[in-house]
Amino acid sequence: EEGLESWFRPRRRVRVLVQTPEEGRVLVQTPEGGRMQTVTLIPGDGIGPEISTAVMKIFEAAKAPIQWEEKNVTAIKGPGGKWIIPPEAKESMDKNKIGLKGPLKTPIAAGHPSMNLLLRKTFDLYANVRPCMSIEGYKTPYTDVDLVTIRENTEGEYSGIEHTIVDGVVQSIKLITEDASRKIAEYAFEYAKNNQRASVTAVHKANIMRMSDGLFLRKCRQVAENYRDIKFTEMYLDTVCLNMVQDPTQFDVLVMPNLYGDILSDLCAGLIGGLGVTPSGNIGANNVAIFESVHGTAPDIAGLDLANPTALLLSAVMMLRHMGMHDYSKKIETACFNTIRDKKVLTGDLGGKSKCSEFTAEICQRVRDMD
Amino acid sequence: RDIVLLWPPPAKYGGRHTVTLIPGDGIGPELLNHVRELFRFSCVPVDFEVVNVCSSTEDDINNAITAIRRNGVALKGNIETLHTLPASHKSRNNLLRTSLDLYANVMHCKSLPGVQTRHNNIDIMIIRENTEGEYSSLEHESVTGVVECLKIITRTNSLRIAEYAFKLAREKGRKRVTAVHKANIMKLGDGLFLQCCREVAAGYPDIAFDAMIVDNTTMQLVSKPQQFDVMVMPNLYGNVVSNVCAGLVGGPGLVPGANYGHDYAVFETATRNTGKSIADRNIANPTAMLLASCMMLDHLKLYDYATMIRNAVLTTMNETRVRLNSPRRCSPHTFHN
Repeated sequence: EEGLESWFRPRRRVRVLVQTPEEGRVLVQTPEGGRMQTVTLIPGDGIGPEISTAVMKIFEAAKAPIQWEEKNVTAIKGPGGKWIIPPEAKESMDKNKIGLKGPLKTPIAAGHPSMNLLLRKTFDLYANVRPCMSIEGYKTPYTDVDLVTIRENTEGEYSGIEHTIVDGVVQSIKLITEDASRKIAEYAFEYAKNNQRASVTAVHKANIMRMSDGLFLRKCRQVAENYRDIKFTEMYLDTVCLNMVQDPTQFDVLVMPNLYGDILSDLCAGLIGGLGVTPSGNIGANNVAIFESVHGTAPDIAGLDLANPTALLLSAVMMLRHMGMHDYSKKIETACFNTIRDKKVLTGDLGGKSKCSEFTAEICQRVRDMD
Repeated sequence: RDIVLLWPPPAKYGGRHTVTLIPGDGIGPELLNHVRELFRFSCVPVDFEVVNVCSSTEDDINNAITAIRRNGVALKGNIETLHTLPASHKSRNNLLRTSLDLYANVMHCKSLPGVQTRHNNIDIMIIRENTEGEYSSLEHESVTGVVECLKIITRTNSLRIAEYAFKLAREKGRKRVTAVHKANIMKLGDGLFLQCCREVAAGYPDIAFDAMIVDNTTMQLVSKPQQFDVMVMPNLYGNVVSNVCAGLVGGPGLVPGANYGHDYAVFETATRNTGKSIADRNIANPTAMLLASCMMLDHLKLYDYATMIRNAVLTTMNETRVRLNSPRRCSPHTFHN
């Protein structure tokens, strides 16, 4: 693979674990304080810059070997008239393979498609992973939630193919392909295996959409054959919704097509406290992974030092885990959760009155204390 | 002619109504047996014409549809859709709904006293378009390995369901109607639906109208469900939202649902579960089906009987202090007259 050359430097001794030969994720485990990993950072709009700064400060306090390369992804018109992200940003991502992104805004009537959609298309981000774990200290009516939603991100109902057949009749096409279904199923089982998850549930509506969800289900079943030690179940979308709001502890890893994934991942985010505390990661072809916060740009509090950096921070922690830096990820995550649990320094949306900088400083202090 | 206040068919034979009964699969037959027993005990002037629908043949479902056309009203259990059969074999329930043009599925989710749930004071009416949208069952494999499924949204049906929602809201004295959509992604399809809702809303200035994207809706439902009043939406989102709401008020065994068309009405449980795993074990909760039969009696204008049975069911639930998910003996029921 041409990308691998950049990981290897003959002078440094580096242990490399290649996970699967096909969609191989190369996790580079460096010795303590070893070679710096470069990560593309996209601060985003609105509260994006302040929460990105917060995350950078916390990583510095933890002495994590991460070097940040800040890039802007505002869409520009490329040759041929198509909207693209700036070439420097694309080059940076292709080189570093890992990115961290803040909230992006899509201005209305700018003429270009949503920024998130553009990024998704550029890097072929086919899987959206959202681990939802109840945060001790941020009380919601649901406790002990610990599940992961893995959503197919490229096709399905969001293919964007719509026509007006006659005046007053609109047809939207939902596309399900064998390849995409297989890829997402394989990713889901790999994720379950690497993160010690016991079961994978495929969510579908094959009683109504016989052929399309039927195909998705068949592919999931086929991939499940290769992972005998992980339990595979199938459940209708409505049954999942019904059971999710009554007893979310029965679910583990959920894999599903695009629309159901959108709805369910937001439902699960609501169970643990909303988008302000939910991390998210997008996995793409060629080992590219972009981790992001999924909340909005909150223009009303931008620049006022009131934002909550938890979502971006937890996404960054997910990123560290993806890169194999489990010690650092545990350290930062524990510091963050302890801060929220102690409830002394909390931002406005978590029920406190502190500023973003105070919250960040508190986490940095805890991280330093752990050393 | 008022769409909402559908005239029931006149009781032709000695003051008794005839209602089609479709037992379905799983827990359907046993729950409908309880309904029949209760009606017999309470001397309700309703006769049931039982039509069994087998999952695999064509004729049965056509017989059922003819029976419903004849009687005008039906009470049904869910008919299972077997995945092992080829894709050309459509869901029987869906076929019933589209043939009879039962365009509105109405579900009223109310927190019941005596039922412990995480959220209280929920009172949401969900009106779901029942015939088109993602459930059009139009699929084809254009190239091997690529399947296209068509979601159809039409102006006529969207206007119809929006009219129904607003009329019902006005009739029940509701203050706000929320349209649930995903028009930021499906700009033409859900955009059309939203536009139709807005047009109809303009004709009802006394009722507030707003719109919410479906993923935000589910998030709001699990954190603050009390903010919703009446919700109207296309087919698939209706499926998701109605199941979430049913879960919020206590589960699939408690909420009744109704499917209304211009000429026909079919009553069933709101979440349409077959319940194969709990069938024939006397543990299924009959409340949803019993309340659905009360809705049917209201539709037939037998209000006294409806009130009597409804009170009996709710009192029983309150007194015995039902703990959900505990096996409940289904058959013994106390009756209060």
